[in-house]
Amino acid sequence: MAEEIKSPFPPPPPEGEKSPVAEDRAPIASTAPAKPAPPARPEGPVPVPWTSPLVEKYRSQYGSGLVALTYLGQNYLTVDRSLVPDILRLLRDEEQFDYCVDITAVHYPKREKQFDVLWNLYSYPRNERLRVKTQIADGASIPSSVPIWPTANWLEREVYDMFGIQFDGHPDLKRILLPDGWKGHPLRKDYGILQQDQEWVQINLGIESGQ
Amino acid sequence: MNAGTPDGSNAHTNDRTHDVANRGLSNLDLDAPATPYLDSNELIINMGPQHPATHGVLRVILKLDGEKVLGTECVIGYLHRGVEKIGENRTYTMFNPYVDRMDYVAAVSNGLGYCEAVEKLMNVEAPARAKYIRVILTELNRVASHQLWLGTHALDIGAMTPLFYTFRDREEILKIFEKYCGARLTTHAFRIGGCQYETYAGFEKEVKNFLTYVAPKIDEYEELLTTNRIWLERTKNVGVISSADCVALGVTGPVLRASGVKWDLRKAQPYAAYSEFDFDIPVGTNGDTYDRYLVRVAEMRQSLRIIEQAVNGIPEGPIMARVPKVIKPPVGEIYHSIEAPKGELGYFIVSDGTTQPYRLRVRPPSFVNLQALNRMVRGLLVADVIAVIGTIDIVLGEVDR
Repeated sequence: MAEEIKSPFPPPPPEGEKSPVAEDRAPIASTAPAKPAPPARPEGPVPVPWTSPLVEKYRSQYGSGLVALTYLGQNYLTVDRSLVPDILRLLRDEEQFDYCVDITAVHYPKREKQFDVLWNLYSYPRNERLRVKTQIADGASIPSSVPIWPTANWLEREVYDMFGIQFDGHPDLKRILLPDGWKGHPLRKDYGILQQDQEWVQINLGIESGQ
Repeated sequence: MNAGTPDGSNAHTNDRTHDVANRGLSNLDLDAPATPYLDSNELIINMGPQHPATHGVLRVILKLDGEKVLGTECVIGYLHRGVEKIGENRTYTMFNPYVDRMDYVAAVSNGLGYCEAVEKLMNVEAPARAKYIRVILTELNRVASHQLWLGTHALDIGAMTPLFYTFRDREEILKIFEKYCGARLTTHAFRIGGCQYETYAGFEKEVKNFLTYVAPKIDEYEELLTTNRIWLERTKNVGVISSADCVALGVTGPVLRASGVKWDLRKAQPYAAYSEFDFDIPVGTNGDTYDRYLVRVAEMRQSLRIIEQAVNGIPEGPIMARVPKVIKPPVGEIYHSIEAPKGELGYFIVSDGTTQPYRLRVRPPSFVNLQALNRMVRGLLVADVIAVIGTIDIVLGEVDR
């Protein structure tokens, strides 16, 4: 976890992973004012440690399994996968994070633990947002948070559909946006933008290709 | 709709019936029997995806006891276009028009959320004038979205006249959009850093004219419906959801407010120029279809208040911040959300320092709110399912993305 404090964001993906859009081609909409050239871009801000009573409390409880950072005024906790269900439940029960805004994932194929899973939380009483992040390996599963927030049901199904991440204890984990028989998980970085399950298309739509 | 065989014949081999049985409706506490419908009063029927009252391509599998709904399962994804995948493969600027195609009846809101999220990531702020233009157009769009909702929702329940009234008045808003940016529906009105277009000559006058035109028209909608006996019968105590259920299910927007939670992102975490305007958050008490109707009508009036203040106070100045032509936000991630007409619309963007987002997640209000359908229709009649689908106010383009 010590490495993550230094660099919580992964290195940029290698060349060739993205579609060949010319990097320096000007976007279609010219949005800059005509006269003064914009100043040279400074390096972006870096995440700084986030201290709050909440963090102190859980750090004393969980020690190094929990890293608290803030970036552009938004707070997030990076936690060990093993702590996930406990921390999420405590955040709801003790810290009033009663609204699970979103659950999503990010794929980093070059990393040993390929996936970031994120819970985007909001507290109505505190009017605060918090993101909880954890890293898991491809094929590993993660405890479902449906018992904590019922809204997680569809959100976790979408993560499963798009990334193939298993949620243990989910009442009905199946695809939600793609058809049931589809093969592949489109939001993985190794899934091309033009890629399709041709077999499914041919059987179910009766056409050679959906392209 | 496709019903099972009424005589309970075992030889029923309809594809959809098999489909329903094969899906294993575990979240309905339903063990699909080996001989469906035999010796049972329970019936599974299929509503949609081409049913006009499902507002697009929503398919709902209903489990019925007589005409009473025991449970539902939504089958969605018919309109899935992979918006998030497209976002990873387009530059920040190129992706901007795509967001209009999610909630296409509130395209301006989608664009506002996206532009503000990228601006936040780049640490850029739109100029004051641009913020005012954004507020005016977004609120006009909220009125248009609620008008379209009211017309179609009333039509679903059997009141045809409001449809003509609301579409007639929505046309005036679309005319303003068309004059401003050339498009009526998928407007692409904003750019990262501000607005592309200065207001046209007479813009402010036309918006003010619209305000004086539409205020009495909203009273007209209310005259047709608010005390209408049939409307009351069809909406009162139909699709009730408590505030606790709303919070647990992540429901936002007018549905949440109709259940009594006074929460609106424009007040709770103000964005654009909303902190400068005086407006109220309408709330309901019962959380039923009727309260949601009242809340949305009241919201239209509040939007008119905001627009009036914004038009009168619109500052002079530039409409674009200094944004480089090639947009390369620094390495980092951001979540930004706005109060879209349907609820909390959020964008979570991970940047790796290149011209394209590394990950672009849309948190769609319609998708999350639709999940509450099952909770809201249990114990109701099939006809009420239509009313409840309408009252949640979903747009399938946003549910499926």
